[in-house]
Amino acid sequence: MVFGIDFSEVNWSEVSQASLDTLNMLGFSVLFTFIIGLPLGVLLFLSGKSSHWAVKVMYSLLSLIVNVLRSVPFVILMIAILPFTKVLIGTTIGVKGAIPALVIAAAPFFARLVETSLREVDRGVIEAAQAMGASTWQIVRKVLLPEAMPGLIAGTTITAVTLISYTAMSGLVGGGGLGDLAIRYGYQRYETSVMIIAIAVMIVMVQILQWIGDRFVRRYTRK
Amino acid sequence: MSQVLIEIKQLSKRYPAQGKSSAGMLALEHIDLHVPAGEVFGIIGHSGAGKSTLLRSINLLERPTSGSVLIDGVEMTELSNKELQKQRSKIGMIFQHFNLLSSATVFDNIAFPLRLHKTPADKVKAKVNELMRLVGLEEHRDKYPAQLSGGQKQRVGIARALANDPKVLLCDEATSALDPQTTNSILELLLQINRNLGITIVLITHEMHVIQSICDRVGVIHGGKIVEQGPVVDVFLKPQHPVTKEFILEESHHEELQPWTSFKTQAGDSSRVVKINYLGDVTYQPVLHRVLSEAGIEFAILQGTISRMKDTPYGQLVVRLDGEATTLQAALEALVKLGLDVEVIA
Repeated sequence: MVFGIDFSEVNWSEVSQASLDTLNMLGFSVLFTFIIGLPLGVLLFLSGKSSHWAVKVMYSLLSLIVNVLRSVPFVILMIAILPFTKVLIGTTIGVKGAIPALVIAAAPFFARLVETSLREVDRGVIEAAQAMGASTWQIVRKVLLPEAMPGLIAGTTITAVTLISYTAMSGLVGGGGLGDLAIRYGYQRYETSVMIIAIAVMIVMVQILQWIGDRFVRRYTRK
Repeated sequence: MSQVLIEIKQLSKRYPAQGKSSAGMLALEHIDLHVPAGEVFGIIGHSGAGKSTLLRSINLLERPTSGSVLIDGVEMTELSNKELQKQRSKIGMIFQHFNLLSSATVFDNIAFPLRLHKTPADKVKAKVNELMRLVGLEEHRDKYPAQLSGGQKQRVGIARALANDPKVLLCDEATSALDPQTTNSILELLLQINRNLGITIVLITHEMHVIQSICDRVGVIHGGKIVEQGPVVDVFLKPQHPVTKEFILEESHHEELQPWTSFKTQAGDSSRVVKINYLGDVTYQPVLHRVLSEAGIEFAILQGTISRMKDTPYGQLVVRLDGEATTLQAALEALVKLGLDVEVIA
């Protein structure tokens, strides 16, 4: 008994399995969020600068989609796209079933963070690269991304931390992982001890992620 | 020397109107300029005069509304994007705020333009090492820009601009963010590059001092127009446009100098106030003393400067000459014969 809570009833192998599931969901969703969100953010940045009318229309459209996806609460989005998830993955439950919703929610968010970090890059450096004959693609790859690196890493960290809380919510619709565990034991069976442990593990995960992220930001900061 | 490298004809730039205001802003108006190969050409103007737009029109960072920009026989305004990128690599450019990659070392910053064009690694290394030696930064190879002083950053900028062996170097207020001493060392480096590598330099500045130290010719820009241009010595000693005069007065510590016209009161029945310009070797010869003492004329120096413009010594004196009108006239003619430029103020 610790603080009046009995930890002896906790099934530790279930806790570790749930932790692994959460890490799995987190890993894959961060990966796909990055793969989709980074180009989307670059596209938002590039199209936002243009004065060409067709590009301006594209920017407004992209921006609208991103804002719509960001304004839908995750719990609702997750349920709303269940049919889509079914078509894409073949199932809507478990670790695999949770990932599409996580990515669709996090990618637009990450794209905005990318766009913001790219805007912080000194305009003069971009101009210098243009003056040296760099193409737009070269400017993105060799100027924008390296110069914005600390911001991009910080954005990835924020997104990953947000995704940890999203994975917990996906427990509501059978997503598996620590959130699922906490809901099943803590909410449905009144076994507070399991819920507390699930929360503690998630807090540790967030702390570690933030610590790693901060270390990388410091390592890539040259100013 | 005489081959024209940069030729700008009837160049105009109008910025589109913002919102409902009708016409937009005319930043450049019918600019005609030509710069021969090997020259250092300076453009001087106040902020907002259009000098920055003009410089950026040369490598088309600013696309002119109308007119032509010919560089080494290539019409820049008609190039496709791809061709333009290729031409730009032959035009170096340095900036007031250096614009270095903060995430890259000195070596990688200088290597940047070489790597853009897929230069093999061993050639990149050889070229960057050579450039670091040229600008004197060998021992700072692995430092990041944040660890360098302003002057060192500009040296990196210069080395980077020279990496692709350009024919032209554009300097955008390259010394305006530097202290006077560093300014001089950077100007010296630019002059050395111009002489030893034969690179044509076009620079913009708001400081007459910069023009005077390294330029061969100068254009004065005001309200989007070139109001005066010519060899620096001519423009400096005989400025025509009020803006030019203003720049020269600023340079020569106007708190000490009075306008020449204020000496008019010194003139009388048997005395004249005269402005004398010396140019070249004659500056250091005692011509004034010799001519005037032979004619038996006494003189008092009211104001004067002796200095150099790039390599040309020059002097400018305002003197009061006391003597008979006829002897005065004869003496003035003798001075003109000796190569001085004489102007009677009163």
